[in-house]
Amino acid sequence: MTAQQDIEADSWTVAGRTFTSRLIVGTGKYKSLEENAAAVEASGAEIVTVAVRRVNISDPNQPMLTDYIDPKKITYLPNTAGCFTAEDAIRTLRLAREAGGWNLVKLEVLGEAKTLYPDMRETLRATETLVKEGFEPMVYCVDDPIAAKQLEEAGAVAIMPLGAPIGSGLGIQNRVTIRLIVEGAGVPVLVDAGVGTASDAAQAMELGCDGVLMNTAIAEAKEPVVMARAMKAAVEAGRLAYLAGRMQKRRYADPSSPLAGLI
Amino acid sequence: MSLDGSLGIRVNGEHKRVPGGISIVEMLNEIGIDPAKVAVERNLEIVPRSTLSQVCVEDGDDFEIVHFVGGG
Repeated sequence: MTAQQDIEADSWTVAGRTFTSRLIVGTGKYKSLEENAAAVEASGAEIVTVAVRRVNISDPNQPMLTDYIDPKKITYLPNTAGCFTAEDAIRTLRLAREAGGWNLVKLEVLGEAKTLYPDMRETLRATETLVKEGFEPMVYCVDDPIAAKQLEEAGAVAIMPLGAPIGSGLGIQNRVTIRLIVEGAGVPVLVDAGVGTASDAAQAMELGCDGVLMNTAIAEAKEPVVMARAMKAAVEAGRLAYLAGRMQKRRYADPSSPLAGLI
Repeated sequence: MSLDGSLGIRVNGEHKRVPGGISIVEMLNEIGIDPAKVAVERNLEIVPRSTLSQVCVEDGDDFEIVHFVGGG
């Protein structure tokens, strides 16, 4: 294949499922389910993260996410957001598997409410148990190449390091460790959390990540649907730049016009 | 178990009384929940969807009934 054909056929595969879009979007914090669905559409995402929560038994007929985002067309990735122990996360995902009927899940086990930083000891423990039970966990983690390797060895099907704290929009704080994780990983790596605007997403892709997962950057934009489009373009641009191979940086100027033939 | 044969159970943390001898599917229908859209945990154990119509509700059961909602 030529480089051009490579780019046309660009896709990524996680746990045997192949996707064209490298953008995964969350479904939290939107003003309405309509706006949420429009943003997912504009983002081109083929995977959305969802939470598992109690049905409101005093009003069970409230509109449901599944009425607006069709799980037959868009892959639902159940998440364990809000879980602070391995046990809570495992319990949540067992229920998610029963509700959805699939094994591909997102694991996150948080260490504290202030930073929402992952608790890696609990995360690793939960990963081991989930893999034994037949789950295929995509795992949210710290941007630490050693922790990432340990998760992969435990059977994580994707490594998802944070770019910055969840919901902070601060952008990728440590490009060096994200790149080290990408270089060392044998499974897909996706930056999960911390993206604030389109350039952050492009940067993640330029570092060689297989994808980017975000929620707040789109949901809390003044115009979420427009930002969803921006993120789609940014992820594609960053991916193309990575495939193209960027120029070397120089310390000083280098003229673009030939020096020969100057009048 | 009470004198009228009804059962005292908890559903998503709320106390409820349901008629004796009903299955989980019948309980869900009584509350107004579509069994196809939820997952059911009974006393911390998942009840597989395929068995919801066979498993009977018992006095003192503690149910968690969940579904997918928007999240990150």
